[in-house]
Parts: sequence; C-alpha cells; structure tokens
Amino acid sequence: MRPFTYTRATDVNSAVQEITRHEKAKFVAGGTNLLDLMKIDVMAPQHLVDITRIALKTIEETADGGLRLGALVTNNDTAYHEQVEKRYPLLSHAILAGATGQLRNMATDGGNLLQRTRCYYFYDTQTPCNKREPGSGCSAIKGYNRDLAILGTSEHCIATHPSDMCVALAALEASINVTGPNGDRVIPIADFHRLPGDTPHIDTNLQEDEIITSIDLPAKGFAEHYTYLKLRDRASYAFAIISVAAALDMDGDTIKEARIALGGVAHKPWRKPAAEAMLQGQQATRENFQKVAEAYLEGAKGYGDNDFKIELAKRAIVRALEQAFNKEGAA
Amino acid sequence: MKTDQIGKERNRVDGKAKVTGEAKYAAEFDAEKLAYGVVVSSGIAKGKIKRIDTSKALALDGVLQVFTHENRPGYMWLDKNYKDDDAPPGSPFRPLYDSEVQFSMQPIALVVAETFELARYAAMLVEVEYEEAEHDTDFESNLEQAYEPKEYKATEPPKPRGDVDQALAEASARIEETYTHPAEHHNPMEMHASTAVWEGDGKLTVYDKIQGVQNSQQYIASAFGMSKDEVRVISPFVGGAFGSGLRPQYQLFLAVLAARELQRSVRVVMTRQQMFSFGHRPKTLQRFKLGADTGGKLQALQQEVYGETSKFEDYSEDVVLWPGVLYPCDNTKLTHKLVALDVYTPLDMRAPGGTTGIYALECAIDELAYKAGIDPLEFRKKNYSEKDQNEDKPFSSKELRECYRQGADKFGWAKRRMEPRSMKEGHQLIGWGFAQGAWEANQAEASAKAVLSKEGKLTVSSATADIGTGTYTVMTQIAAEALGLPLEDVTFKLGDSDLPKAPLEGGSKTVATVGSAVKKACEQVQEKLLKLAQQQPDSPLAEAKLEEVDFSEGKISLKRDASKSVQLQDLLEQSDNGSLEGEVSTKPSDESKEYARYAHSAVFAEVKVDEDLGTVKVTRLVTAVAGGRIVNPKTARSQILGGMVWGMGVALHEHTVMDNNLGRFINHDLDKYHVPVNADVQEMEVIFVEEKDEVVNPLGVKGLGEIGVVGVAPAIANAIFHATGKRVRELPITMDKLL
Ligand SMILES: Cc1cc2nc3c(=O)[nH]c(=O)nc-3n(C[C@H](O)[C@H](O)[C@H](O)COP(=O)(O)OP(=O)(O)OC[C@H]3O[C@@H](n4cnc5c(N)ncnc54)[C@H](O)[C@@H]3O)c2cc1C
Ligand code: SF4
Repeated sequence: MRPFTYTRATDVNSAVQEITRHEKAKFVAGGTNLLDLMKIDVMAPQHLVDITRIALKTIEETADGGLRLGALVTNNDTAYHEQVEKRYPLLSHAILAGATGQLRNMATDGGNLLQRTRCYYFYDTQTPCNKREPGSGCSAIKGYNRDLAILGTSEHCIATHPSDMCVALAALEASINVTGPNGDRVIPIADFHRLPGDTPHIDTNLQEDEIITSIDLPAKGFAEHYTYLKLRDRASYAFAIISVAAALDMDGDTIKEARIALGGVAHKPWRKPAAEAMLQGQQATRENFQKVAEAYLEGAKGYGDNDFKIELAKRAIVRALEQAFNKEGAA
Repeated sequence: MKTDQIGKERNRVDGKAKVTGEAKYAAEFDAEKLAYGVVVSSGIAKGKIKRIDTSKALALDGVLQVFTHENRPGYMWLDKNYKDDDAPPGSPFRPLYDSEVQFSMQPIALVVAETFELARYAAMLVEVEYEEAEHDTDFESNLEQAYEPKEYKATEPPKPRGDVDQALAEASARIEETYTHPAEHHNPMEMHASTAVWEGDGKLTVYDKIQGVQNSQQYIASAFGMSKDEVRVISPFVGGAFGSGLRPQYQLFLAVLAARELQRSVRVVMTRQQMFSFGHRPKTLQRFKLGADTGGKLQALQQEVYGETSKFEDYSEDVVLWPGVLYPCDNTKLTHKLVALDVYTPLDMRAPGGTTGIYALECAIDELAYKAGIDPLEFRKKNYSEKDQNEDKPFSSKELRECYRQGADKFGWAKRRMEPRSMKEGHQLIGWGFAQGAWEANQAEASAKAVLSKEGKLTVSSATADIGTGTYTVMTQIAAEALGLPLEDVTFKLGDSDLPKAPLEGGSKTVATVGSAVKKACEQVQEKLLKLAQQQPDSPLAEAKLEEVDFSEGKISLKRDASKSVQLQDLLEQSDNGSLEGEVSTKPSDESKEYARYAHSAVFAEVKVDEDLGTVKVTRLVTAVAGGRIVNPKTARSQILGGMVWGMGVALHEHTVMDNNLGRFINHDLDKYHVPVNADVQEMEVIFVEEKDEVVNPLGVKGLGEIGVVGVAPAIANAIFHATGKRVRELPITMDKLL
C-alpha cells in the first residue's frame, strides 16, 4: 500500500469540499473493496475522505410512496429492514445473495454501486489490463474469461460489474441521488454504470468529485412475483456466473408488466425493456419466457471460456420468470 | 489392552490455546528490534532480469536493505546444499541465486524495513526490467515430450503383468477414457512465515511454518554453511499445511539470509498471492483402458499417467499404485511420465497421487461396471483384492467389506436404481454414486523421550509437528495410557529441533511413527517404575513381570489380582534420582514389512443436479473407514470430515488456472480460487469399522489424514453421472460442463 493522507468529513458539503481540495482523492465508506485494492496496488489514492460519520444512515419513505436508502446504510441493514423485506423482497434477496455476513455488515449501499470488477487480471498488477492501466491491453480477451461478459463488451474490455444489489436496483428502476460541487442531481440506475467502450477505466457516470447520498426506490416493489436467481460456483462467498432479477406484475394469469435484469453478463446490470415488453399482456408460459430469453441474449458474444454463459443465461431467465410467477422468490 | 485413554473421545489438549489466541504461530513470535521483509515476485515466467533498480526503495527512511541476486552474499551455492527431506530428484530452486527467472512469481528480491507497512510500500518501488524468453506452461501441447524420469520421487510404477492388449481384445465389456485433474494449491489458512531471531554470535532461532522442524534446520545449516548447533527451529503450531510445509520455502531462506546479513531479527511472511508461487498438486492426465469378462471380472487394466513437473526437478507421485492395491487383475500396464513446464516444482498435497489416481481409477471402474451392467458396489465386491499385487504381499488387515456393508446400510444403497436419470425431485436430478479408496499405513523411524517427575508429571517429547491433525492430543493420550495417568498430568512437546528426532509430518504416518516411539519410551519408564516397586520391602509385585501388571489410575497393579498394587506417587517419592526417564528410537518391525499395509474406505454420495442449470449440490456423503485402531474417535472423525470436504472441493471447486499467454497462475487469491464453504456442506456421516491389526505397528493404528479424501471426488463424479447420464472427465465438475 502506498502512503496516503486521510481526513474525515462530517457532512455532505464538507465531503465534497474535501474531495475537490485534494489531488487523487477517494471517498472511503465500508472499505471492503477500496482497501483491498489499495493493498495490492490496483488503486492508489493519495488522499482518503472518510465519509462514515456522515448522517446518511437511514431508510425513509419518499413523498411519492417509495423508499430512500441512505448511501451509508450497510448492505445487511438494508436487506433486513422491515420495509425492504416487505415491499422490496427482490432487493433484500439480491443483497443477501452477495458476499458474506461479515462483509455485508461493513459494506454500504453507496459503496456497493461503485465496487469494481472481479476480473482476474484487474487484480494482478503484473498483467496487462486496460481498466487498471489504460492502453496496456486486455489480458482476458485471449486469456481466461470464463467469468466475464457476453453482452455490451468492447475490444478493450470484457469485464462484468459484480454486484448483486445493483441487479435488483436495475429491475426496480431505482435512481441514485448525488451531490457535487455544482449541486445535486439524480442519475437513473440505467445510466449510472457504463459500458466499457474505449474507456474501460471509467466504470460509472458519477464524477470523481460527486458523492452518492442516497438511492431512491420507486413505489412499485413487485413484492408478490419476484425472484433473484444467482448461479455461482459455490453456495456462498462467490460472485455470480449469471444472476437474474425477475419481477412480474400479474393480472390473473396475464402479465401486466415484466422486469428482467441480468448480472454477471455485462459491464453493468443488463436490461432490455423492448424484450421485457414482449411479455406485456401475455400468458406466463414457458414458451413465452423462452422467447424473451432469446431476445435478451440477441447479439451476445462469447470469448471462449465463457461461451456457455449465453445458453446458461437464457435458461436462467426462463427459470427466474417461472419462479417469479410461481411465487418462489426465495427458491 | 486396557483403555483408559486409547479409543476414547477426547477434546484437543491444545484447543483452549487455539481458540483464545494463546497458541502462537510462526509470524506471531516477537523479537527485539524485529525487522520486516517483503518479497518481490517476478512478473514473467521465463527470462533474465536485465536490470533491477532498488534505489527508490532504499531512499525511503527506514528501509534497511533490498536483497537481490546482485548483492546476495556468497554462501553455499551448490545444488546439493539446497536439498531437503522432501526434495524430488533434480536441482532445487535457490532463491536469489542469479538473474535467471524460471517461473512466474519467482522471488527476485527481499525488501527489509523497520515496519511491515514500509517494507510493503518499498517493495512496490523496486523496478525490474526483464529480458523475456519464451515460456512453456501449456501442459496439453507438451504431452508428446513427456518422459520417464531417471528416478521416481515416489514409488516406481509396478512392472507390467500379463498381456493387456490381448485381454482387452477378449473382454466382453471395455472402456477407454481420459481423465484430467487440474493443478491445485494447498492454501492453508496460515500463510507461510518465518521469524528468524538473531541471537548474536552467528546463532539463530527460527520460528518457521513447517511440517518438520528438523528438515528446516538441516536445510538452513546446509544452505548457509552453519552447524546445526547454530540454528534452532521452532514450530509449536501450524495453521494447516496439507503438504505445503513439507519442504522449506523461500521465505525461510530469505528471512535467515537477511537476519545474518543485517545481524538483526527478521520476519518474512508470504502474501496470499505468493501462496500460489511455489509447490502445487500437479496437473495430471490419465488414459485408462479397462476390460472385464462376461462374469464382470476385471481382466485388463491399463493406466497411462502424465503428470506436470518443473524444468529443474522431477516431481512424481504415486498415481499408478492404486490398481494393484484395489483390484485383482492379471493383465496390467501402468506407466507414469512427466511433462516438464516453466513452473515451480509441484509438491505433495494431501493424498498426493491417491487423490488423482483413485479419482480416475474409481470413475473408470464405475464406467466399466455400467458397461457390464453390474451395480457399481457389486462390481467392487466381485473384484475384491485379497492381496497387494504390486508387491505380491497379503494385507496386514483389510476390513473393506465391512465398510461396504455398514456404509451401504447407512446410505440406503439397496434402494438405488441402476439407470441414470431415474430419480428426480422438481428440477433436481438425484444421483447416488460410490467409490472406494485406500491409503498407505506406513511407519517410519522416530525417537521420543519420556520424563516422569517426582511430582508425577509426565513430559514426553519428539520433534514432530501438529499441523492441525491432533498430534498433541493423541500423543498425550498414548503416553497417559501407558503410565495410567490422567491427561492433565501429561504434557507432550513437539515442533522444536532440539527434541528427539522425528520425520516430517506427512503421509498419514505420524501416529504410527511417533506414537510407537512415545509408547516405547513410556514403557522404559514403566520398567523403571516396576523395578522400584519391586525394591520395596514386601512388595506385592515382587515376582511380577511387566506383562503381568497394569498401569492405571496412578498405580501399578497385578492383572490377575488388582488388590495387589503400588501407588506411583509413593514410588516417585522414594526414588533418589528425582525423575525417571526413557528415551528410545523405534522403527517398523521386520514382520510388518512382509505385509501390505493400507487403510481403506468406502464412500457413498448423493448429489442433486439442476436439470437446466447444471448446478450441483452434494446433499449426502457417507464414508466408512477401515483405519485400524482409532485412538481418539473425536479427532479421528474431524480428520475424515475434513477429508470429505476436501474431496468435495476436488470434485467441484478447486482449480488453479494457468494463463498460458502469461505463463502465470491467474486466480491467485481466495476470492477466485474456490474451496468449499460451510453452505456447501450438507449431511456428512463418518463410520469407523472395527479393524484389528497386530502387525502394522505396535499400536495397531493406521493414519487417517488422507484416507478421508481419496474416495470422495470419484463418488461425487459417479453420482453426477447417475443423476444426469453425463460423464464429466475433467475436474472440477462445474455447471458449464453439465449444460
Ligand atoms: C470477499 C468479498 C466477496 C464479495 N462478494 C460479493 C457478492 O457476492 N456480491 C456483491 O454484490 N458484492 C460482493 N462483494 C462486494 C461488496 O459488496 C463491496 O465490496 C461493498 O459493497 C463495497 O462497499 P463499501 O462500503 O465497503 O465500499 P468501499 O470499499 O468503501 O468503497 C468502494 C468505492 O466506492 C466509493 N464510495 C463509497 N461510498 C461512496 C459514496 N457514498 N459516494 C461516492 N463514492 C463512494 C469509494 O470511493 C470506492 O471507490 C464482495 C466483497 C468481498 C471483499
Ligand atoms: S476484461 Fe477489462 S478488467 Fe479484465 S483484463 Fe480486460 S481490460 Fe482488464
């Protein structure tokens, strides 16, 4: 780890001031991702602004009947919050499918949005990686890419965003409230993370000097027909090979609205509203689900080791929709 | 034999020290003015270091020195000085020897500083320029170049018997399949660490993570041209090793080098990533050809093994030993060739050779049983070996049939339907699989010393290790049993090179080896006690021979008339020399060598495989073990359970990924290198069947550290076949292979 300086912010304004005042500065919240990366020299901020003392630790109702999650609420406190469990069980399940109890006690909701990829090469400073060191090349494309992306990739990077929580947030159409030197703005979750393109070193559209203050969940929580299906290589403490957040709004046997977000397949939680719309007004049958799955994976591209993910993602979508329809959210 | 202690469930005598943190590990010993070393690892797999610039690191205040091949001192640099007790034939790796890079992550510099944090930072500032050479790490593309080593590290492959080709041609059921096992790393919880304490006058005390302190002592003495009196190695606790601590590792060499040069105490700890920079279980490919006759008897068996090694040492393991132990067959051909790559030399890893060999053998046999249309367990019964055909010797004991019986009962095997995909629950295909296993029950030479104090406290010692297996506990039990003392009055000491000689703790032989020495040392004390008793006026034991008395509950009594007894305490108070001692060396008996000595296991597995998604859950595992006499059912069960979880990892998770473009293992941390977690472990059951063995060793015990592993992966693989109808012959069996 390289030496760095450290200050503590007491409120949102002072946090923004601190981050603008220092060269190569970063916020630190739970530290579960940032500190790991600093220890192995993948990230080397010269200054840390500790934001854990800021009062962004509550979960409250919003004026339009939704829920606001403070950026510093821990992942576990979010998942086990009464309102979240009751109204947004999809989110609760997604969070609990991630990491381990100990980590979720430290990890914050804001930090979860900004966690970095788990691509093997990104973690090894002795290997070329465009995300870590722009222009050095991508080791994964011709190397080992079993875990990596099949959608929205570029010739510069095929990394995935590893979060489970964000997949649920994408399905629920959450929005992210941020504050920067120029004031506040709201970023819809769909626009928050970026595709790698030719700037794979930039993960999100958040600016370096902006702080996430909260996440807003719209009123509609799909609490009846939902599922978070996470396929991984072992039963816990493993990132998703494929995950699916599926939510249905039913009118009898007819689908009024469907939401599907995929994790483990792209540089961001993957949604395709046009494909979702195919289910509108349709019956909840396997054939219909299969059609949507095909549409979702249209244009997917494998890189060898990860070719299987294309087929697996389709099957996972079908299974997730069936589980959601059958109210097997926790299955 | 009476049993106050042996065969009884006992908690670990070191349990409290471990859970309270009182137990100290190699990186936890402090020393005055301790300096910290951090290793710089090479970024390339092969080539030369053109330039190594340490100036930025050295410019930092508090950095003491950066050792590289350019400034390393001129010690003993001959190959032979680097040999250790577990070194394979070849030329051992010599850290910082020259500018040559032989494998990725090779240690190329040691930064030593006043604090760990500073050393770690300074290590990032060392600049290296390489002259890269083309590396070769691709196992598959080098199979053609495989060779038979001049000398095998382990057993030579058994000579061919009969005519395999003819027997195959005549067989009514046959299979021909290839199985691969990936490279795996040991990944014990505790990272390798050495704290070298500078004692002045050139003397060192080294706290090292090692499976045998005397191996480290010998290695240091020889590599640094020191006498053994000048270096003492201590290792009271080891946080798991699984074979990774059999050979002294480079952190030991570097810590000692730095301590001697700086004349200061130095600690070097590997990072988790660096735990992937030395020995590993070699990638292994095995081609099997099997044939059976119409009666389901095995008639032909060919096993052709290709194992990975480095370019500087010929590592091999016992992969082809198992057919001769487990199956009678008159026509066999067994070969083991090596594929040399630009990697570090592989290293024994829990059940080396057995894990790979038995996995493939037991899967192949399952395939053959299906070809022959015979229930897999029935097939084993039909082909039950009554002798070891490798050496043509009878078994000292073998209660494997009883393992079949009790294991099958517990598991409910009789209810199994033969056809694959015949059991289902929702989306879950259910499969039941079977495999058997064997592991050597060896004994080696060892020494031990027993001292009974005037106060009646017994201290027994031997320079062995406890790598988490329960050595402290079991040795304490054996000694307490011999002298009829409560456990609290007995202390066992290990992990100090000053203690009586003991071999490496490996190969599941410690209880047999060190236990036999402990027992005999205590018997010497028994003799002395009996003599003292007989010197008493009107001794009730006057005429008694040692075999005629019992040592129990603090007294010596006549077996045939327990009312005739003498209190130990009275004897000790009378003895004028203060304490009574016994010190012995033991080795296996000549009689035991007439027999093949093995522990056996029968493993039953149930899996659930998602029919669409390919995810696997091991819902039930039953292992029945014939492992001789069980000294402590509690620690024994833990060993087998640990082995079963390990076997699950072999089947489903473990895999070190080699990136051949970079010549580098690329999933080098515990996020990306998977072992099973608690949530993967469902129902597990361990059965010990009764097995009496009078010849294997004086205690009648067989090691249990490895027998718990070997049959598990094939039982799971066979269960997955039964569930899905699909044979996956490449470990680990992950969802992508089941789609
Ligand atoms: C072993 C392990 C396993 C894991 N498994 C999973 C898993 O299965 N699924 C999963 O989803 N996640 C998993 N995680 C990731 C974990 O969820 C993230 O590390 C965690 O959510 C990050 O939160 P944090 O508060 O610790 O962030 P930090 O590490 O403190 O920060 C992460 C980044 O976010 C920035 N940041 C933090 N808060 C703010 C804010 N309010 N405004 C602006 N910037 C901010 C920091 O500057 C930093 O760049 C795992 C992590 C580990 C270590
Ligand atoms: S996929 Fe992205 S993160 Fe991985 S090596 Fe390539 S550039 Fe780096």
